[in-house]
Amino acid sequence: MTAAAMSQAPATTSRFSPRWLADRLSGVVLHIAVISLTVAWLVPTAGLLVTSFRNPVAIGNSGWWTALSPPFKFTLDNYQQMFETSNLGQSFFNSFMISIPATVIPVTIAAFAAYAFTWMKFPGRDWIFLALVGLLAVPLQLTFVPIQKVLVAAQLTPEHLIAIGLPPFIPLWLAHAGYGLPFSIYLLSNFFRALPSDLFESAEIDGAGTLTVFFRIVLPLSVPALASLVIFQFLWVWNDLLVALIYVGGTADVAPVTVTLVNMIDTLGNNYQLLTAAAFFSMIVPLIVFLSLQRYFVRGILAGSVKG
Amino acid sequence: MASVTFDHVVKRYTADLTVVKDFNVEIKDKEFMVLVGPSGCGKSTALRMLAGLEPITEGQIRIGDRVVNNVAAKDRDIAMVFQSYALYPHMSVYDNMAFPLQMQHMKKSDIDKRVQNASRILGLDNFLKRKPRALSGGQRQRVALGRAIVRNPKVFLLDEPLSNLDAKLRGQTRIELQKLHRDLETTFIYVTHDQVEAMTMGDRIAIMNAGILQQVGTPGEIYDHPANLFVAGFIGSPTMNFVPATMQNGTAKASGFEVKLPKPVRAGKGMLGFRPEAVTDRVTDEGSAMQMKVDVVERLGSDQFLYGQVGGDSVTARVDPRMKVDPGDTVRLGLDTRTLHFFDSETELALV
Repeated sequence: MTAAAMSQAPATTSRFSPRWLADRLSGVVLHIAVISLTVAWLVPTAGLLVTSFRNPVAIGNSGWWTALSPPFKFTLDNYQQMFETSNLGQSFFNSFMISIPATVIPVTIAAFAAYAFTWMKFPGRDWIFLALVGLLAVPLQLTFVPIQKVLVAAQLTPEHLIAIGLPPFIPLWLAHAGYGLPFSIYLLSNFFRALPSDLFESAEIDGAGTLTVFFRIVLPLSVPALASLVIFQFLWVWNDLLVALIYVGGTADVAPVTVTLVNMIDTLGNNYQLLTAAAFFSMIVPLIVFLSLQRYFVRGILAGSVKG
Repeated sequence: MASVTFDHVVKRYTADLTVVKDFNVEIKDKEFMVLVGPSGCGKSTALRMLAGLEPITEGQIRIGDRVVNNVAAKDRDIAMVFQSYALYPHMSVYDNMAFPLQMQHMKKSDIDKRVQNASRILGLDNFLKRKPRALSGGQRQRVALGRAIVRNPKVFLLDEPLSNLDAKLRGQTRIELQKLHRDLETTFIYVTHDQVEAMTMGDRIAIMNAGILQQVGTPGEIYDHPANLFVAGFIGSPTMNFVPATMQNGTAKASGFEVKLPKPVRAGKGMLGFRPEAVTDRVTDEGSAMQMKVDVVERLGSDQFLYGQVGGDSVTARVDPRMKVDPGDTVRLGLDTRTLHFFDSETELALV
């Protein structure tokens, strides 16, 4: 925004004029805002990281920043103890088993649905879409009891699924897919709608059917939107505690990382130095996902709102 | 190779929104037909109905002898070039042109042969691996043409294909398109709002206004014998002069001059029409000589246009470029009485 305003300023704008000052100032304000946000996120994160490498006595006696001056007394004890006392490996595996299908399923369904909502004509299309967007406003907690009833009636409980040899995470996949769909369809619809209609008409004349258009034209053009949606959904599922506890419970063989972290405090009492190590460890995956897809992220969030 | 017939075609969106009204035209095999008219006149809708992108409300469209009303767009054996080119942004130039053939499940070697052939005709050989975004406007336009050519269609539909090009390129592409039409020996239907494109490219022109077909004819016929006031005003640049006149004994009296019409007209009042080139600096017919107070002088090198007042009416004249005139001057001009038009003031139809 600022850069655009600056480049549009006439070349004759002289230095130190009110206009020049305004441009510079808005640039400064923007930079201050961005730097403040970055600091607000980085300081606690750095604190967590430093704390996880200190021994429990030091943590109790002094702030984490004191560890940054000599003499340095960092230790890997916390990490060692964490792996020994808790079942974090299993939890990581569980988290992946939950997050990957719970991301792939809703994004796939949403892509098909959004395509239908934007480029296919069927009766009641706009009303159904409106109802779907309305679901964005339904509180999650409201759905626990009815969905749990349905799951029990359909014999989709973890115990039963294990008994018949299926993964116990199926109810969680379905739940996350359901919770994620309204937003996913909404985001993708906005993106698809911004694709020029000429492309679809041209493809129609060229002889491409609905599915061909979807797979060969819509999907390749929507990589940015799909990538940002994958980030959203993956982070939401990875960080989720409540939904996992409700639908699969907290036993070690099904608990994701979030549930295991919470249980650490319960079982280890005041040893919260272990929690710092475990929390930082669990952050690594979201960070990798975000950093590897981030170049699509900005483009995807702006999807449909800005041309080009 | 096929003719195209619009037979009483109507396009109605709602009860009071009819964008194409009783459209009848027969486009001959291998003809270059231009549909021209101001924006919103229904020309694009007519083309889109032919392409199969819009359903036809009433009437029949035939390609050759086949009624295509209920035939899917892909089965009509047509190819369309869009104003925006509608290239697939994520595909290379080669894949863009190969796409319609892949949809027909053609053999890879045949596809390759056709794409190579089209790219040779259009001079795209060096760009086949590029993505559309790495091409200039003119190159993109040629890719869009190439995608149409590879299909070897019976009819080419072009929807304002030149309007996104700059003026110089537009002139070149106009000539290239005519060459292409001659080489391919296929029916072309070309939609434009630009009367210059219509005049220069069309074997015949169909002029539309407000959903109604006004006149169909060769560029010469339409220029020399416009059927009504709209056609007369739409074709030609600068536009034809229109001067209100009253008839008395075969003579049209305007506010600043009078002229004997070549043919008697039974009308009291009407519009006298004459093109700027009919007003010259050589007075051949003393009776129709006029005094013009010049407001603006436009020198184009080959031509000189005078814009001014004759009596109470605005008139444009095309005079010898060597004639020395300045704004504010009053000049004496003559009228070529052989190319006069007279339009009924109510029906707006041409009487002469």
